[in-house]
Amino acid sequence: MANKIRIATTSLGGCFGCHMSFLDIDEHILELAEVVEFDRSPFTDIEHCSNSDIGLIEGGVCNSENVHVLREFRKNCKILVAVGACAINGGLPAMRNHIPLEECLNESYRDGIGVENAQIPNDPELPLLLDKVYPIHELVKVDYYLPGCPPSADVFWKFLTDLIAGQEPSLPYDLVHYD
Amino acid sequence: MSKTINIDGKDIPFTEGQTIIEAATDAGVYVPHLCHNPDYTPHGSCKLCTVKVNGRNCSACTFPAMEGQEIMNNTQELNNDRQKITQMLFVEGNHFCPSCEKTGNCELQAVAYSLNMLDNHFPHFFSNRELDASHPDILIDHNRCIFCNLCVRASQETDGKNVFALSGRGINKKLIINSASGQLKDSNISVQDKAAHICPTGAILIKRTGYFVPIGERIYDKQRIDQVSLNKEKKQLGK
Repeated sequence: MANKIRIATTSLGGCFGCHMSFLDIDEHILELAEVVEFDRSPFTDIEHCSNSDIGLIEGGVCNSENVHVLREFRKNCKILVAVGACAINGGLPAMRNHIPLEECLNESYRDGIGVENAQIPNDPELPLLLDKVYPIHELVKVDYYLPGCPPSADVFWKFLTDLIAGQEPSLPYDLVHYD
Repeated sequence: MSKTINIDGKDIPFTEGQTIIEAATDAGVYVPHLCHNPDYTPHGSCKLCTVKVNGRNCSACTFPAMEGQEIMNNTQELNNDRQKITQMLFVEGNHFCPSCEKTGNCELQAVAYSLNMLDNHFPHFFSNRELDASHPDILIDHNRCIFCNLCVRASQETDGKNVFALSGRGINKKLIINSASGQLKDSNISVQDKAAHICPTGAILIKRTGYFVPIGERIYDKQRIDQVSLNKEKKQLGK
């Protein structure tokens, strides 16, 4: 099965909604499984990305771990795809961007209503938050974008079938939505 | 014989005093635009309607139609420029469509759809803009304002009031409200005013109406803005 197209997927600062929408291709997943195999992905639980043909990135870049994962994907994937609103413009997590990080942390962990044992989490295993949530194209080169919150299953299917057929992927008007 | 201009190889009649965009709309030719509305004095600020007139870029909404003009409109080059302009509008404000009530009915979004804009290309400003929820019926979310000036014009030219103005220049430009406190509740706007309904984006919203029509059933979920715009604006021009 060495000739199968290898796809890696991950969610950075996302909600996995784009992954769920990807799964909404329903029985097409069987057709897909005949020609592709999954590398690092929540579907496989592989921890690190190895050489892949297509990398699908959901979510924006919120913390230091997201930066490492994104760079690992860029390094290992021939084609990197920003999937969904958060990867493209930061999305809902980026709505914190005009609030200073310290205020966000204080509100969540120290001063918020009902907070007990108030303290800012500082376990060394926790990735550090970035000052802002960044769209992925501000950190790495992105080859294609699939807008939507989430992109519909039809968007995934059209895009992947185009790529697998060796065509330049394109989305017709009725598949382009930002909501 | 009526006078004509030529747009993308097609002869289009015009009457003296018409702008290029008016003649084009009359003839069923769509020129992308956001700040233009046939009911109001042209503003010429969004630059989406930029067309090439005899080799030079001009705003179709302000430039008068004149005999012998050779105009390029629907070309790859101009549409690429229009896409870049739209991307700049998206990164300058905070346009998070999934959390905006206007999604699906938003002209900025619809223009972006029609230009097949799939990303925002530029670094985002994530500018810190305010929300004015002071008025009982009307909400202003400055995050989504694109400074098209339509609310300013509608308030002055239709409502006979002077509720809005644009203040400052460049990145410091903002929509201001004509009241002592600067808040909408202290202005003389009313929910029936044209100015409260003309915003092409989700910057001025009528409260408690946002989800009467569900997402997916909205204007631009079903139709392209070129068709919607031509149908509407032909009527406005009395055709």
